[in-house]
Amino acid sequence: MQKRFISIWFRYLKTDWWIRRQAVLHDKPFVLALPDHGRMVITAANSLAEKQGIDPGMVVADARALIPSLEVLDDQPETSGRLLNALAEWCIRYTPAVAIDPPDGLLLDATGCAHLWGGEKSYITEIHKRFKHFGYDVGIALADTIGAAWALARFGQNDSIIESGQQNSALLSLPPAALRIEASTIERLEKLGLRQISQLISMPRSALRRRFGVQILERLDQALGYEEEGINPVQPIEPYQERLPCLEPIVTATGIEIALQRLLDALCHRLQQEQKGLRTALFKGYRMDGKIEKMEIGTNRPSCNLNHLFKLFETKIETIEPASGIELFTLEASKVEDLPTVQEQLWGNKMDLDNVELSELLDRIAGKIGAHNIHRYIPAEHYWPERSFKEASSLNETIQATWKVDRPRPLQLLSTPERIEVTAPIPDYPPMLFRYRGKLHKIMKADGPERIEAEWWLQDGQHRDYYSVEDEDGHRYWLFRSGHYDAAKSYQWFIHGFFA
Amino acid sequence: MLYRSKKIIKAIGLIMLLLIYLVFLSQNIKHWNALMDTAKANIIAQLKKDILPLQGFKNRLSTVALDAIPVAMKNAFPNAAFPLGAVHELIADSAEDATTTFGFIAAILASIMQNAGASIWINGSQSVFPPALKSFGLSPDKIIFIYLKKEKEILWAMEEAFKCNGLSAVIGEVQDLSFTASRRLQLAIEKSQATGFIVRRNSRSLNTTACLARWKITSLPGELPAGMPGVGFPRWNVDLLKVRNGRPGSWQIEFVGGRLKQVPTMKVIHQQQQKKTG
Repeated sequence: MQKRFISIWFRYLKTDWWIRRQAVLHDKPFVLALPDHGRMVITAANSLAEKQGIDPGMVVADARALIPSLEVLDDQPETSGRLLNALAEWCIRYTPAVAIDPPDGLLLDATGCAHLWGGEKSYITEIHKRFKHFGYDVGIALADTIGAAWALARFGQNDSIIESGQQNSALLSLPPAALRIEASTIERLEKLGLRQISQLISMPRSALRRRFGVQILERLDQALGYEEEGINPVQPIEPYQERLPCLEPIVTATGIEIALQRLLDALCHRLQQEQKGLRTALFKGYRMDGKIEKMEIGTNRPSCNLNHLFKLFETKIETIEPASGIELFTLEASKVEDLPTVQEQLWGNKMDLDNVELSELLDRIAGKIGAHNIHRYIPAEHYWPERSFKEASSLNETIQATWKVDRPRPLQLLSTPERIEVTAPIPDYPPMLFRYRGKLHKIMKADGPERIEAEWWLQDGQHRDYYSVEDEDGHRYWLFRSGHYDAAKSYQWFIHGFFA
Repeated sequence: MLYRSKKIIKAIGLIMLLLIYLVFLSQNIKHWNALMDTAKANIIAQLKKDILPLQGFKNRLSTVALDAIPVAMKNAFPNAAFPLGAVHELIADSAEDATTTFGFIAAILASIMQNAGASIWINGSQSVFPPALKSFGLSPDKIIFIYLKKEKEILWAMEEAFKCNGLSAVIGEVQDLSFTASRRLQLAIEKSQATGFIVRRNSRSLNTTACLARWKITSLPGELPAGMPGVGFPRWNVDLLKVRNGRPGSWQIEFVGGRLKQVPTMKVIHQQQQKKTG
């Protein structure tokens, strides 16, 4: 497919932006200035000021002599970059590949996009109209090459469209400055009386190279399409992305649902064909006022199940604020994995962790109340009770160690051991009485001690001597004494769990 | 005269015939009645069978042989089968009782899951110590723990889990359970294969619920052979307070070698009855 590029040139990028912010400035000549070598130098002038002969590069004092009522505003040099980025992101509604073209332009890769707006003519008219509506004075051109589009946007007629392969003739009448070459080269060309590209094109290439450097040849080739040139999009294009532009802005939840359903439909179909499933997906709505509404979902295992994914998004639709309306929806699968091959089963669903329904259930729960609340544990090779298990990273993580059953462990473990008062015969007998939460428990039977050493390579601290004890009601507890019995030093008893 | 006697004989003969016929008829009716009775019994048995699924007992699931459960306990339920695919409600009043209840659930869960399957355990916070579950015969890595603070969220998650077809059991811990909520859970579970256990910890009122059975498990002092050290096997008092269409009962159970074993006891006289007679 023949590549088509659009170049957008903002004639008064910064001043138009100021007018957008302060409507008062609309009817006044004003300039933006920066201090330079102790003088204020104009960096940008609005159209009214420019008409009266004020150009960027002039000193403010000279300009004031021309127009005494001239308003001078402080320029912020980083504005234009930020502004261009924002405009580029806004332009993603027209094509996924938008690049900034500093200092005052945008480049759009319009390949295969124009027909969505009913042809190239209405495509660029639409873009022009929208920018004009925002208050930006723009020059737009559409051509096969970036160079040609750039040249026509700045030096050609407004809204010019160069038919495919016609860039050669279109460029002939333009000045050499349209070739994106250095200012010094342009100056030299002017001196030599070369005022049109047509005069350059017929010259021998070796002569041009010798006199003006390689750049001019390279730019010429790029503009004419002899040399490939690409753009660097502001947002990397996701390989799995679906777009849905809307004719009318969408404001209702039902509308968003329909859009979501369509996008998912297309994405799932594509994923299914490639035997892939998505793990995370991002749904974006581009609002009329330039803001972007997002919602994101994640799944436990790769999925291309339309209904399931829709359900995950459905709970989040209410978080989207359409405001004045959403005009473009995109859905991208930011993380895609191969689908595990699923054995077709003749009867029954296998009730296991591999079950797809289970992972879908967990996705739903995670979507509503957060994935941090869902845990699965696998054994860890530690004797210290609090460390004897760890969180599994996924549902399919297989266990390496085995669960130990050689020693009794309480079914309910207190997350932090609680201090208790005990009456215990010394030195190593289980206690006879203990008081826990104000209740006195008389110990009838006891087992132990089981000594668990603190893992010195992980933490300091004393070992624990654990006893499992039973009180007169038959309740069983797991108690421990921290450290050795030592009359001189204080030692402590703790309760750490309940047995069933 | 002769004519008259002949008439009398004829009448007597007729009466005799009638009597014979009546005797015959009465015997027939008895037989008929017996036939009717068996038919009726059949119909009633069939109706009872049809009612059970409507009450929440599932035929297809009760085929799983739960060996770990003592026969006496199974007999409390219709068809002498522990009801799976239904919601059981367990009452626990203290942390100790809750642990005992968890132990009872874990023991039953082990025989339901039989080293396969997956379960979801929904708590307010981490209270179950996963490594301990292994000693009940469960694989702790087959259980997914979900920690939720709000009761509403717990109930929602349980309902969602009940609707899922890939689970063996769902265990949830709530404080209070309204009738409406329990009805929702019961309706959700009727379509799935999971068995639900709701532990009601420190509940404020024991209201009526749509759960199939209500249990209360408390711990009992263990018994050891004379002179043996240690604490012995865990022993519980299992009260089946309510069960639909079954017989509530109370058993003393010891958990030995992965099985719930009934401890033969003297006949327990309920305290309430004592009060009434006294």
